[in-house]
Amino acid sequence: MSATVTDGVLAGGSDIVGTRMLRREDPALLSGEARFVDDLVVPGALHMAVVRSPYAHARVASVDLSAALAMPGVLAAFSGADLSGEWASPMPCAWPVTSDMQSPAHYPLATSEVCYVGDAVAVVVAASSSEAQDAAGAVAVSYEELPAAVDLEDAAGDRVLAHTGSPSNRAYTWELIPDADAVERAFATAAVTISERYVQQRLIPAAMETRGVCVVPQPFGGEFTVYSSTQIPHILRTMLGMTVGVPEGRIRVVAPSVGGGFGSKLDVYAEELLCLALARRLRRPVRWKEERTEAALATIQGRGQVQEIDLAADEHGRLLAVRVRLLADMGAYLQLVTPGVPLLGAFLYHGVYDVPAYSFTCTGVFTNKTPTDAYRGAGRPEATYAIERAIETLARRIGSDPAEVRRRNFIGRDRFPYASVAGLVFDSGNYDAALDAALELAGYDELRAEQARRRAEGDPKLLGIGLSSYVEMCGLAPSRVLASLNYVAGGWEAATVRMLPTGKVQVVTGASPHGQGHVTSWSMIIADKLGVAPDDVDVLHSDTAVSPMGLDTYGSRSLSVGGTAIALAADRVVEKAKLLAAYRLEVAPEDLDLAGGEFSVRGSPSRSIALGTLAFEAFTAHDLPEGMEPNLEASATFDPTNFTFPFGTHVAVVEVDTETGRVDLTRYFAVDDCGNQINPLIVEGQVHGGIAQGVGQALWEAAEYDEAGNPLTTTFADYLVPAATELPSFTLAHTVTPSPSNPLGVKGIGEAGTIASTPAVVNAVIDAMAHLGVTEIEMPATPERVWRSLRAAAHRTTEGAR
Amino acid sequence: MIPASFEYRRAGSVDEALGWLAEDPDGTKLLAGGHSLLPLMKLRLATPAVLVDIGRVPDLSYVTDAGDHVAIGALTRHRDVEVSDVARAEVPLLSHVAGQVGDPQVRHRGTIGGSLAHGDPASDLPAAVLALGATLVVQGPGGTRDVAADDFFRGFLETAVGPDEMLVEIKVPKARGGWAFQKFNRRAQDWAIVGVAAVVDANGSGGRVALVNMGSTTVRARGTEEALASGADAADAAARAADGLEPPSDLHASAEYRRHLATVLVRRAIEEATAGRA
Repeated sequence: MSATVTDGVLAGGSDIVGTRMLRREDPALLSGEARFVDDLVVPGALHMAVVRSPYAHARVASVDLSAALAMPGVLAAFSGADLSGEWASPMPCAWPVTSDMQSPAHYPLATSEVCYVGDAVAVVVAASSSEAQDAAGAVAVSYEELPAAVDLEDAAGDRVLAHTGSPSNRAYTWELIPDADAVERAFATAAVTISERYVQQRLIPAAMETRGVCVVPQPFGGEFTVYSSTQIPHILRTMLGMTVGVPEGRIRVVAPSVGGGFGSKLDVYAEELLCLALARRLRRPVRWKEERTEAALATIQGRGQVQEIDLAADEHGRLLAVRVRLLADMGAYLQLVTPGVPLLGAFLYHGVYDVPAYSFTCTGVFTNKTPTDAYRGAGRPEATYAIERAIETLARRIGSDPAEVRRRNFIGRDRFPYASVAGLVFDSGNYDAALDAALELAGYDELRAEQARRRAEGDPKLLGIGLSSYVEMCGLAPSRVLASLNYVAGGWEAATVRMLPTGKVQVVTGASPHGQGHVTSWSMIIADKLGVAPDDVDVLHSDTAVSPMGLDTYGSRSLSVGGTAIALAADRVVEKAKLLAAYRLEVAPEDLDLAGGEFSVRGSPSRSIALGTLAFEAFTAHDLPEGMEPNLEASATFDPTNFTFPFGTHVAVVEVDTETGRVDLTRYFAVDDCGNQINPLIVEGQVHGGIAQGVGQALWEAAEYDEAGNPLTTTFADYLVPAATELPSFTLAHTVTPSPSNPLGVKGIGEAGTIASTPAVVNAVIDAMAHLGVTEIEMPATPERVWRSLRAAAHRTTEGAR
Repeated sequence: MIPASFEYRRAGSVDEALGWLAEDPDGTKLLAGGHSLLPLMKLRLATPAVLVDIGRVPDLSYVTDAGDHVAIGALTRHRDVEVSDVARAEVPLLSHVAGQVGDPQVRHRGTIGGSLAHGDPASDLPAAVLALGATLVVQGPGGTRDVAADDFFRGFLETAVGPDEMLVEIKVPKARGGWAFQKFNRRAQDWAIVGVAAVVDANGSGGRVALVNMGSTTVRARGTEEALASGADAADAAARAADGLEPPSDLHASAEYRRHLATVLVRRAIEEATAGRA
């Protein structure tokens, strides 16, 4: 729908919106009162443990459950064959990106072939989780090991097939080439061309709470309540129904407190389907909690790409064309949106720059590794990394300052709305302002002087300064755009606002928070709309019985889509209340003003009536205008007409110890523009966490596999997530360019930090050593890699001097 | 993350613990702070049949001045070694290293005896006691015996403590020279990729240098020590830091890189120890 909010929340008169209100969610989280799936007390629940393949690729010769069944506390055990009758369809992939996409059938338990370490082959159900785990260890599975496709580029060559019997490891090839001739011409005539290759290593999402699920058959009516640590209760309900063959309406999905997701819980997992199927079969509650090491195998991973990017530019560094070829690691199977993740970046490989010619090709490739899927930023961090690394290479090539080269190429402030070469319409932007602010905040000129001083003095600790200017597309998503991308659902969000007889307010949202602070933000919007205290607003969410319509939380969509739906519903409540107020005060509705929760007659403010009073009168319905229905309640569904386009510039400052290769991130400056801010405190929190996560990719994190496909980073001693001790205090600032794509003027900030920080930090590391001849470093930039880069550069210099 | 089942016994005395150990030396493990053993059990890499908890054995947690040395009870927690006035004054290297182990939670639970008896070459405290030339007191069915730190670390996760024995005390000679500890890791809480504990003699004629994670056990940098004894400067002595050593290659660092790091860190340690002496 297209709509305008009549009382613009931010058009002056806001008391609450824009303030740094403390999050209403936090007392329960900090005191331990919040209840996560594993905290739920469910009498009589059985515990499921999953037997997983220790091989990256193997034929399953036999599954012997007899020893497990004889173990204490065990009630049942099943192989894949035992449960094959439970499934109405394979596990879902909701994004068939091309009509010829290959998608091997994926069932919750493998029957004949396992395709990654962690692929499930059997389940054991016991009275306690420890008994279930002990018994799982007693299941005897006989495997015949097969060669594994592990390395992405090798797998793309089909030397080894990840699935026996499939014609190729290629899942799909997807192209966005608006004008191939224009690209060719640009590269043929450009004064400068550069070609870069980057590896986006796989990342483990590592949410603080691992996954968990508990399915409870209800005593009456053959229904199931599914408690799951998920970002997507609504989508999960539909998919559970389709996959397990239970009518959707008989499934209630509840996401209790959810301890983070970062995209990893935007999925439909085997364990959710297994618990539902087993609860149906055994008529008992069945629950499962993921172990941390299990999470490194059985929960989707992020990134996993090899990127080739070519730039064509004139002698001043003005971009003429961008050409990108991706190999994207799907892992062993296509999960819910696996194939679409790289394509969320497909439109953004020219970044914030005005580029006339564009070519993007992505091939999705199966490997014998854990499936990949959405991880904070999903496609957009990869795109930003490639263009922001490449633009600095271009700057070095032509001997210009990287800030200056960016400025030369920015889409100018006067160009918005800007129709991009890739087919998007960037609704708003002011990239120069963000860059200027970031450089000033960082003291860019002083940093460059300090860098030069250290180099001149031969200081073994070099200074590196890295920039990253980004734009992302958020607010997923206009349903019509999703249709054009073959996504099988829409991108709207639903809301209901309900005034209770006491004047308190209930808000029902289809968004499903798992750390973002929706309860706080939604109640702030309502507080200003209805003139109530935020604490008088209850936000109901994440339970399909309470909030039957919704499309959940991912892609920085909640505020710009879900928050707008809240505002629209509140406006409808006000509209109705105004009619009632006019009736009671015996004036025309146009003569009434709403302020502080009271309607008053323009010109005679003593004649007024409170919204709370009207709520009670609407409830008693003793004296309503002719034809008016009782109660003050309204629903709204918002389907955006465009994405939102947050942007900004980040500056990272690193010290590189040339003797050891150690990189210390010493300072970090971020200027972000997420449009209007409902709560700056929440904005800053999102930016902080996002930066930390992006820096993690730059310096520490990598999901590593050996040549046989064995995962090597299955504990937090080997998979290094940065802690506060590794990070400096971040210095944040903002520019505010309201988005015209929604009536709140908001954009989304959940992914920006992750998108911007990875290239900023890697650019800084290279910048520190560029004068020594270092031009590339693979992520994460470990001390050993930095040391080797320095050594190789020194060797080249020596060779060159001969 | 759930260990295999085991029998738990809480010992009230060293003798009681040793008695239980004697019943089944190979199937029994002593539990002190639990910060090395319990993770191994949770990963089911260790599956002892019996766990003897010595955490409440009295009189094994102390740091006392014993004249020519400092005596430290095996159950003394890292944090208590870190903040002990006696340790700070007389064996400052050891108290400093105790403050570098893991993170605050580890330091408040983990014990010096547990860390040494675990024999992990990636741990910090073994290098400190090796550099300081400590003596470790081991008690078994036949009474107590002294083991020099140089003879204590036998192999990967293997020490001179027999299956029917327990480490009860660490005697650390009072240090008179300069000292330094260099720990190189990727995050503050991680094990060292390489670490160096160095003690430089007060008269400048030599020193003892021990290395973390440069072999299957905690090792001394013999090449560096020889060079120091013959009057080499820090850089020349450090160049020999990895002489004869076979450091591991793992996810975090190759052997080649460890060798290089050892030379850099040993040089820094000697320079720091020497500067501290002046």
